[in-house]
Amino acid sequence: MPIKNILTYPDVRLKTEAESVVKFDSSLHQVVQDLEDTMAEGPGAVGIAAPQLGISQRVVIVDVSSRKKIKHHGHLVLINPEITQWDGLVTGREGCLSVPDYTGNVVRAECIHLSAFDIYGEQQQFEMQGFEARAVQHELDHLDGLLFLDRLVSRRHDLFKRKVYQK
Amino acid sequence: MMTVVGKDQVNIVARVTQQLYEANCELGEASMLRLGGNFSIMMMVAFAGDALELEAMMSSVADDMDLRVHVDVIEGQLHAHSLPDVCVHVSGADRPGIVAQVAGALAKAGLSILDLESDVAGSEQSPIYVMQIEGCATLGIEALEKAIVDLDKNGLDVSLNPIETLIG
Repeated sequence: MPIKNILTYPDVRLKTEAESVVKFDSSLHQVVQDLEDTMAEGPGAVGIAAPQLGISQRVVIVDVSSRKKIKHHGHLVLINPEITQWDGLVTGREGCLSVPDYTGNVVRAECIHLSAFDIYGEQQQFEMQGFEARAVQHELDHLDGLLFLDRLVSRRHDLFKRKVYQK
Repeated sequence: MMTVVGKDQVNIVARVTQQLYEANCELGEASMLRLGGNFSIMMMVAFAGDALELEAMMSSVADDMDLRVHVDVIEGQLHAHSLPDVCVHVSGADRPGIVAQVAGALAKAGLSILDLESDVAGSEQSPIYVMQIEGCATLGIEALEKAIVDLDKNGLDVSLNPIETLIG
């Protein structure tokens, strides 16, 4: 399957709320395959959302398993995902396939409880933290027509947590 | 590259950029800073004429607001953003040589500085220096971690944190 074009800001389709998936059929599986193929071609992306391909459905893929030393759930296909609980706030640097050549600081929840369906319509629950939780929140924003540009905080000032090294 | 410096006052950015717009200039990346109550801004400006013409064109606003305008001819590059992978925090009692010492040690350990910001805070009697540096650890984070241990021994609090950029 040839990879699809990734929409880039300011395409209005990126600012549009996506529709919930109601049928877990072959057309959904095709959407997921298109996302898989496109993400595989992307430069180091850890997630992709259907609206980035102009598909207005609540489907995302997240896979942070390439990052070392972090807790994660591997390769995730999330349909109609919802964050049901969150805790803590942490600032991190984000970029986006749909906003090339720009990165900025964004505040996200540190830990989340996520509810989502798999491609067969089975409901799943996840407890996530850190980088994976950030990736999921970034992708879920796409489903609500939000980009990280909508959540930027100052690049300056003390935004990164300090690690304390023993003297 | 146009640099504008002067005493801080309301309306500088609006008036300077309006003047540039009316002269058919296009702005690229810009960074404004207030340093010790002084206004400063650097802007990439695309302009059809030469540097002297551009400075002359700004003279009315500059005279009016008592600003110094300086123009350097540069190669304008877009889409040349480097991603920092480490952020270094430095603080300590203010004294001469902090920036030179820290930047020197970090450069030796492979840090290419992309962004630096520092402040003098505290009281007049005992000022403190606070600095944040973002950059690329070209020799790896471990080399920088070793370098900051020595800096710590010089009465500075230095810590570093990797910056992991999420692309989604």
